[in-house]
Amino acid sequence: MSVAPAEVDLPKSADESERDKPWVTIVWNDPVNLMSYVTYVFEHVFGYPRAKAEKLMLDVHHKGKAVVDSGTREAMERNVEVLHGYGLWATVRQDA
Amino acid sequence: MFRHTRDGGVRAWVSAGEAALLRTLVAPMVDLMGGDRMDKPGRSVVDELEELFSEGPDPQTPTDPVLARLLPDGYQDDPDMAGEFRRYTESSLREAKKYFAQTLLDTLPENGGQVRLTGDQARDWMRALNDVRLAFGVRLEVTEEFEQQLAALDPEDPKVAAFEVYGWLGAVQESLVRAMAR
Repeated sequence: MSVAPAEVDLPKSADESERDKPWVTIVWNDPVNLMSYVTYVFEHVFGYPRAKAEKLMLDVHHKGKAVVDSGTREAMERNVEVLHGYGLWATVRQDA
Repeated sequence: MFRHTRDGGVRAWVSAGEAALLRTLVAPMVDLMGGDRMDKPGRSVVDELEELFSEGPDPQTPTDPVLARLLPDGYQDDPDMAGEFRRYTESSLREAKKYFAQTLLDTLPENGGQVRLTGDQARDWMRALNDVRLAFGVRLEVTEEFEQQLAALDPEDPKVAAFEVYGWLGAVQESLVRAMAR
């Protein structure tokens, strides 16, 4: 008699583990963009309530940059395209 | 300048002088975004043919600092990823910015007067104005201390006019944002 091999959970390949790590959208400070405008963009693009949008804007302003969203790489890249359309400088980064 | 309207848009009364100034400032953005990469020095017929047959648009960050600020890198510290992102997205970003500028020009009355914008048009105006401010900001090397920079200029300095226009654009954009942010 033969025994069917038991199912084995294969360890994730390095590739898969890498892909699972969330990606983030970072917005960088710049001296031109108005604080009111940046707040409005965060409200409109991400649907954040005023208080959260303002906090993120102030983080960008005071700390030089802030993480404004996280998720898949594709979603973060879409964010960056939209934010660049608004004239904010944004980049995609894989979370450490 | 701008007031919120009940349908989610805005309205404003723009003087003939303001309309002329906005037109002068925004019209060049259409060309800047629509144009070819004229920032490559010594562009030749060979370069153009190369571009036609290459994989796509130039993945390099533009050398012109205004273009580099309007079309920034999507990845920091990763030129390969930034290049790939740029190849896929730069032309649609240019098209978008061209569209924002064109919307502003199309909704601005020739000799001033009443402007009525939908919410979407208001956002197009915001983005068009912001692009012009970014361009000014790069050329004038504006910092967070813009007011001090202006105050420190010699009154005869031709940059004074440019700084004042930059300041005025900021006030227009601020008014628009406040009307929309209600």
